[in-house]
Amino acid sequence: MHATDALKEADRLMTVCNSCRYCEGLCAVFPAMEMRRAFTSGDLNYLANLCHACGGCYTDCQFSPPHEFNVNVPRTLATVRAQSYAHYAWPGALAVLFRRNGLFVALATAASVALFIFAFMGAGGAHFGEAVQGTGAFYRIMPHELIAWLFGGVFTFGLVALALSLRHFWRDIGDAAESPLAPRPLWQAIKDAGSLRYLDGGGVGCYNKDEKPDDNRRFYHHLTFYGFMLCFAATSVGALYHFLFEWEAPYPWWDLPVVLGTLGGLGLVVGPIGLLRAKRQRDPALLSEAGAGMDKAFTVMLLLTAVSGLLLLVLRATPAMNALLAIHLGIVFALFLSLPYGWFVHGLYRFAALVRYAQERARDA
Amino acid sequence: MDATLARVDVVVIGGGNAGLCAAISARRSGASVLVVEAAPKFYRGGNTRHTRNMRCAHDSATKILSGPYTQDEFFEDLLRVTQGQTDEVLARLMIRESQDMLGWIVEQGVRWQPSLGGTLSLGRTNSFFLGGGRAMLNALYLTAERLGVEVLYDTEVVEMEMEGGRCSGVLVRRPDGMHRISAKAVVAAAGGFEANIDWLKEAWGPSAGNFLIRGTPYNRGTVLKMLMDKGVETIRDPTQCHAVAIDARAPKFDGGIITRLDCVVFGIVVNNRAERFYDEGEDIWPKRYAIWGRLVAQQPDQIAYILFDASSLELFMPSLYPPIAAPTIAELAGKLGLDAEALTRTVEGFNAAVRPGTFDDKTLDDCRTEGLTPPKSHWARKLQTAPYYAYPVRPGITFTYLGVRVGADARMRMADGTGADNLFAAGEIMAGNVLGRGYAAGIGMTIGSVFGRIAGREAADHARH
Repeated sequence: MHATDALKEADRLMTVCNSCRYCEGLCAVFPAMEMRRAFTSGDLNYLANLCHACGGCYTDCQFSPPHEFNVNVPRTLATVRAQSYAHYAWPGALAVLFRRNGLFVALATAASVALFIFAFMGAGGAHFGEAVQGTGAFYRIMPHELIAWLFGGVFTFGLVALALSLRHFWRDIGDAAESPLAPRPLWQAIKDAGSLRYLDGGGVGCYNKDEKPDDNRRFYHHLTFYGFMLCFAATSVGALYHFLFEWEAPYPWWDLPVVLGTLGGLGLVVGPIGLLRAKRQRDPALLSEAGAGMDKAFTVMLLLTAVSGLLLLVLRATPAMNALLAIHLGIVFALFLSLPYGWFVHGLYRFAALVRYAQERARDA
Repeated sequence: MDATLARVDVVVIGGGNAGLCAAISARRSGASVLVVEAAPKFYRGGNTRHTRNMRCAHDSATKILSGPYTQDEFFEDLLRVTQGQTDEVLARLMIRESQDMLGWIVEQGVRWQPSLGGTLSLGRTNSFFLGGGRAMLNALYLTAERLGVEVLYDTEVVEMEMEGGRCSGVLVRRPDGMHRISAKAVVAAAGGFEANIDWLKEAWGPSAGNFLIRGTPYNRGTVLKMLMDKGVETIRDPTQCHAVAIDARAPKFDGGIITRLDCVVFGIVVNNRAERFYDEGEDIWPKRYAIWGRLVAQQPDQIAYILFDASSLELFMPSLYPPIAAPTIAELAGKLGLDAEALTRTVEGFNAAVRPGTFDDKTLDDCRTEGLTPPKSHWARKLQTAPYYAYPVRPGITFTYLGVRVGADARMRMADGTGADNLFAAGEIMAGNVLGRGYAAGIGMTIGSVFGRIAGREAADHARH
């Protein structure tokens, strides 16, 4: 009935959990499970993406290993979750990228950085190695149109790929006739995702190395997520400045794009470092091998993006600027390129699952 | 043997709910406390690992409870399930203290969850631990350790140094050998003896070999036996226990809650001679849930089968093991190893006795049989829609009631009628004082918490003087 061992194991576990239900107060996974008596693969992919891997149900479970029932929900759902990313990917042919994601990201980064260095040398070689200052400095090394076309292209492809993957997921996890855009459930899901409501182990925090919970993972994830959003906002404001007002970068430090970018960049340094450290300290029993590397690759890319961006800000008046700009743009390009085939999708699928959950709750009430 | 491993004011034997409440309360009263737990760390906490809720009196609805549950009502419920086999003074004390326990237990780090959707219909009387019994235990352990209580796992008490009603220390066996722990006061919170099949056989005869033990395999009654041998007064008899009918396919030990079956009221129950033996519709689940273990224990080979048809399949909680299914009653009998003719006759006889009524699984409805022995008083519907289903069930022993007699200060009483000097008891090892027979959900945890807190406080007080 299920295509993979992980789905079969998830089915077994949900049957065990559904006959116990002690965890129903911990997060959304268990109440969602209780609405079903049998589980299709779509149901299991839904539940897996609803799980925030706080570890609460593992630490609280009287049947977790070494008990013979061997109930390890966080790890099993992490495996199903990681496999679901490849399963729903568009185009299907590129699903293989999930499997060797770390390698893909590394190669994409190296190639993108090289692309930008060569492009710089071709476009503005004369300036390479000199300090270039003042308005439009960036574009004297590399024309704005080229940057816009390159990034616009990869960004558009990413959006299309993500949207089609997401649609595939949405149709599989429930009633496809229901629009994901119904306002009330959507707003509920935005609140739940924005606060990482279900990463709190039912209120005390997340379980990492032992049965003592803390809230560090949520804190670092917030820094990472909101850091990312601030950087995204910085880029958007920059684009508005450029196209609407024809104000050219670089902007002074106190201007909005720089302030947003700096704050976001700081979040994207501290957050990913904290998450990587938390991951290293985590009880291996909670971790799945299926997603291993995928999340790390994405987290490291965010960190590299932020570090190169902040360095560029600090050193933009020095001869290092050209090289840093090339490296930074290369990293950002690689990040965009890998978005639909890497850990970034966890956010989208989890959000879609939260929307579905909010819809189910509304219907149930 | 090594020299004394530790010298403490209070040693608590057993690290379940009762033991931890005792340890925390003794520590908060200023005593140095050591908890010895026979199980390894994962299996710590005895049967508390498998519990989920606690029954406490309260005067009005709260965030977690849907309505008032007065002390009088609690006492009436206790009288009903025990049929009077309770020590009224201790029972009333426990119920009075339970009211305060709702808040005290939260102060120890335990969290309640908001009242439930209705799977158990206990939202008014019982408070549910967020995350279940093991979550509750984890919280108590964190608090105890933060307060400076020391816990030794894999540590089994093998001897108590007693002189009359005074215990000066205990000998323990640890993976690295034998040790002595010297203590000024002792709290025994080591559970019952349900995992000791030989002891169960002494009481029940060989049929106990067919019992399944729902909870921890570590409750072997060693401490209880020691106390009995050293002249502590006992209470209740060894056949009294909390026993329910659980899936016969469950493991011998530690299957816990997920082996429960709450579908008795929707079908009929037959023994291995294909005969019905009790009124399945006597009262609503979970009120009569706790009687079926004993009923099945009295059947030949201690096995029975719950039969129902397709119309009832989704009326009850999903279960761990799937039901056994067949297109006809005769084929179902074949799969169960029952006589097909006898089973068909029983089902036909039942069907013929069913009177028309309006089925309602939320109340005692008017669907019943007429002229049938034993009758089915409610929810009686013909078994006529294929496929037909069955669950095999066996007695699942949750905990035993034979224990040590205590006073209102949780101090043990000696067989000669005097009070023990420095010996206190809490939890299952003294549950029989309050719960002489029968069971109502969550009372085990109330006994553990209330008498644990008292025992810890009194033991610390004794150690100080």
